[in-house]
This record gives sequence, C-alpha cells and structure tokens, in this order.
Amino acid sequence: MSAADLTRGSSAGLNTGLPTAAAARPPRHVSTRFLRSELRLIFGRRRNQAGMVILALVPIMIAITVKLSTPRPGRGPDFFTSITSNGLFVALATLSIELTLFLPLAVAAIAGDSIAGEANIGTLRYLLTVPVHRTRLLAVKFTAITIFSLVATIWVSLVGALAGLVLFGGGEMTTLSGSQIGMGSAVLRVAMATIYLGLCFASLGTIGLFISTLTEQPIGATIALVVINVMSFILDSIPQLSWVQEWLPTHWWMSFGDVLRDPISWGDMTRGLLTAAGYMVVFWLAAWARFADKDVTG
Amino acid sequence: MTGELRDFAVATDGLTKRFHQQVAVNAINLLVPRGAVYGFLGPNGSGKTTTIRMLLGLIRPTAGRHHLLGAAMPDHSGDVLPLVGSLVEGPAFHPYLSARANLVRLDSVDRHADPRTTKVRVDGALDRVGLLAAADKKYRAYSLGMRQRLAIAGALLEPRELLVLDEPTNGLDPQGTREVRHLISSLADDGATVLVSSHLLSEVEQVCTHIGVMHVGTLLTQGPIAQVRAVGEARVRVVTNRPQDAARVLRGLGLTDVALEPGLAIGTLGALAAEKIVVAMVQDGVPVTGFAVERPSLEDLFVSLTGEGFNVSG
Repeated sequence: MSAADLTRGSSAGLNTGLPTAAAARPPRHVSTRFLRSELRLIFGRRRNQAGMVILALVPIMIAITVKLSTPRPGRGPDFFTSITSNGLFVALATLSIELTLFLPLAVAAIAGDSIAGEANIGTLRYLLTVPVHRTRLLAVKFTAITIFSLVATIWVSLVGALAGLVLFGGGEMTTLSGSQIGMGSAVLRVAMATIYLGLCFASLGTIGLFISTLTEQPIGATIALVVINVMSFILDSIPQLSWVQEWLPTHWWMSFGDVLRDPISWGDMTRGLLTAAGYMVVFWLAAWARFADKDVTG
Repeated sequence: MTGELRDFAVATDGLTKRFHQQVAVNAINLLVPRGAVYGFLGPNGSGKTTTIRMLLGLIRPTAGRHHLLGAAMPDHSGDVLPLVGSLVEGPAFHPYLSARANLVRLDSVDRHADPRTTKVRVDGALDRVGLLAAADKKYRAYSLGMRQRLAIAGALLEPRELLVLDEPTNGLDPQGTREVRHLISSLADDGATVLVSSHLLSEVEQVCTHIGVMHVGTLLTQGPIAQVRAVGEARVRVVTNRPQDAARVLRGLGLTDVALEPGLAIGTLGALAAEKIVVAMVQDGVPVTGFAVERPSLEDLFVSLTGEGFNVSG
C-alpha cells in the first residue's frame, strides 16, 4: 500500500461513505468565536476581576494621598509633583508605579494560565480533539494575552485619569520640556503612553505563553515569568551590565514618559516597540516549536 | 487494503508507543469495523488510554500509523476529528463555569459548529445524558457521575460517525452504568461506530458486537464477540444414571476429552450440533435426566488470556 493509495483511500472514504457531517458543516474560515470565548473566560473569572479591582486601587490611592499631603517643592519634574497641576498625571504616575510589578504580575497570571492552566485541569486534551489546531490555539492564546495586557493597562490608566480629573481637574498640561499643551493633546499623549506600555507587557506575556507550554502547573509558569520580570529590572540597574541592558525585555518600558516631551521623543519608544515585537516573535515561535508536536498526556 | 480502509472506523498498523524505555503500546493492529460497538478491554495500565490518545492525535506514536474513518491520521485530523466524539481519561471542564457554559465553550472553539444552533445542540446533549435540570450548576458542584455524563454530552454536541469513549462508566452507580449502556446502544442504532474502553468486562459485554483485549501493551485478541467467545471450547454435560453408556455414545459421536463423574458424562463438543446428542442417547436407550452445553464465560476467557484477574493492574 503506497502513500498515494492511502491518500486516495482516505479521501474516498470521507466522500463516499455515509453522508458525512463535516461535508454538511464546512469550517468557518474566519471566526472570532474562539477568541471571544477566550476573553469571556479571562474577564469572567472572579480571580481576574478581583485582580483588576486591585490594579485600580493604586491610582485611587495615589490621587487621594497626593490630595491630602502638601507637595514638597524642589525636586525634579516627576509625575507625582505634577499631579496637582493636572489630574491626568495620576494616570502616568500610576503606570510608572505599576509597571515594575503589578501590571506584569497580572499579565503573568493570564499568560501562565494560557496553556498550563488548560493542561492542568485537562481541558487541553478536549480542545485538541474538538479539534483545535495547535497553531490556532497558540495564535488565539497570544491574541488574548495581548488584548488582556492592553485592557489592563488602559483600565489602570483610565481609573487614574478619572480619579485625577475629579480631584485635581484638567486643563492645559505642562510638558517635561516646559511647554504647554492643550487638554485634547494631553489626553492623546496619555493614551499613547498607555498603549505603548500595554504592548510592552504583551511581549512579556508572550514569554509567559512559551513558559506555559513547558509545564502543567500554571502557578509555576506565572512565578517563573514574574522572576524573569524582576531579574530584568535588577540586571537593568547594574551599571557593569550596560552592554546587555538594551536587550532586556523591560529596559525600554520607562521610556513611555517620552510622550510628554515637546516635541514627542520617539527614539527610545521605537526601540522599545521593536524590542517588544522581537520578544513576541521569538517566544511565540519558541512556544510553537515546543507545543506543535508535544505529547499531551495531562 | 485501499478499499478495505473505509470499511473500518479505526484501523491501526503496528501502532507503538514507548515512554523512555517502557513500551506502553506494542505494535497493535486494532480494527474497528464501521457500525461496530467495539469493547476495548484490559486491566488498568494495559495501554488502552495510551492507544486512545494516539488515535486522537494527542500523543505521537513511536512507530506505526493509523486511520480514522478511512483517513490517515494525524495528517487529516482537521477533517476527521469533527466526526469523532471523544471522552479521554475522564471528564475535564472549567470548574467555575456552569455545565452549560462549559459546553458552549467547547462549541465555540469548533470551527465546524454553527453558532446559530449552539443553544439547541447544547441543551439536546445535556438532555440526552439527563443533565438538563442541572445545566446551570457550576461544574465544581457536580458529582463524579454527573461530570462523567457531562463529558459524554460534550462528545455528543454534533452528530458523530465515531465515538471514542474511554472508561465512560467510571464513577457511575449501577443505574448510571445501565444508562450509559443504553446510550451506547442508541448511538449505535443511529449508525455511529462506538469504541468503548473498560477494565470492567461485565459493564460493556452486553452492548458490544466486537471486543479486543489488551494486556501489557499487546492486543491479545480481537474480533466479533461470538468469534472471540468461541476460542473457549464448549463442553457438554449429560446427567444420567448410566454415565458409562452415555460416555460411550459421546465417544461414538466423535466428542473428545470424554470424562465420567458420578451421575454425569462430560465431553468437548467440537463441531457437532449439540441437539444431535440427546437424540443419539435416546436411540441407544440411555436415560437422560439433564443436558447442558457450557461455554466458558468471557470473564474466564480473560483470566486465561491475561493470566490474571481482570482488575489487576498490568
């Protein structure tokens, strides 16, 4: 029996046997149904909703604390000292606080869960026998992680902006270069910073997707990703390691503040986006190489 | 072979799985004819689940190949698996979702499923396994038996040509076990082929048309149930007050291994039609007060095939 026979036999078997259900139900080629289901799982889960509430407490705390305290003059123009001049700075201050741990942790929880969580409770084998092609599964999981990163970052930024505007008001904003920009332009720049960071966290999440294909313990994958995040920040702070720092996943994150220069300084943020894209491509492919013919025994 | 392949819902050729040094499944040639209810039997740890995982493309065979519904796997899994409903190594669902939401989730990831009919199909599947009333309970709150039923419902979301059910009666009470047997029969009546694995012979014996017996990774025997049963030879027991004469008649009819016990003559039937024996006895004037043809039970057969009790791990 040659390979050609097998192929012919198989197609004949499918077409001439009983009227097949697959023939009656052709696959939908473009469908967002799986992705929407994935997002419902993520955002419908109590644990994740509680996490989002905690993320939102930080900007509210910052806004209230600054409102209640007297600003200390004499320090450089960081976001905290600017809050009283324009409430939108609460969003930026929050992002600078949460980007070291809180937001990466939230993304790590989702990314660590992506494959390992399904393997852990056994739903992975049922997804694969539906069937869901493994490449499609990784593509949908990656997209869901990216959307979660963006939504979580936008959420934090939005709560910060609202809390700030309520307590300190809006109006013209003084840029880091000292010039004044209008409220509309200020909102746009805060939005750009938010999306920039959301994409940065998504690149960290892609590393998490890869780790998640290595284990059946979602917590283990989450912890590993948080360790990588913290290690990256530590290495970034050791001067002797400057030669490697620009390649670290977190190195360009703080550059989000460049949106407040006048004109906007794009250099570092472009490097940051290219670095993020690089991590996404490399680790998505690594996840694929690992998962495409992995034995699913869980 | 090309023509024959499509007559089999499952056909494997030397399918083998090695984990490190251990051979879990050793070059088996599993053949499940279309329309059969195939009881895939063997003690725990004999390689049934590993075989099923290979059939469904979850794990890669170390050697050998297989076809499902006439199509080569895993190359055609995208075309074939939508026609295959499966229950693999127990139920698995998201604990914090309701039963209904879990089935909707499964349906959402299926590119072949029509979203307009999801609700009807989900409720239909839940109804078929008797869970419709508990559909909105969280999976977490389900008992093992309910979880098992939900997994079967998941396999029935679409019309299937082949159902692969790994230990479907696990965790079910006797009533639930009976219901699963009924379900298997009704699926077979609808024209589906069913491959059902079990370590408990008695639970599936009544519904199977074919059986295959695994032991330590090897397929010891398979075929139509009557054929497998015939491996054990039938013995004839004649109750009489003249066993010597009865034994002479049995020998005269060509029976072998004729033995005598008080008030009893016993022989191995062979190819002879059993009803001829009593006629011959009466013609020879041997008074017969009792007559029986005994075949070894499948259970006995398994013990003789596997060399151990049926529930012992291999």
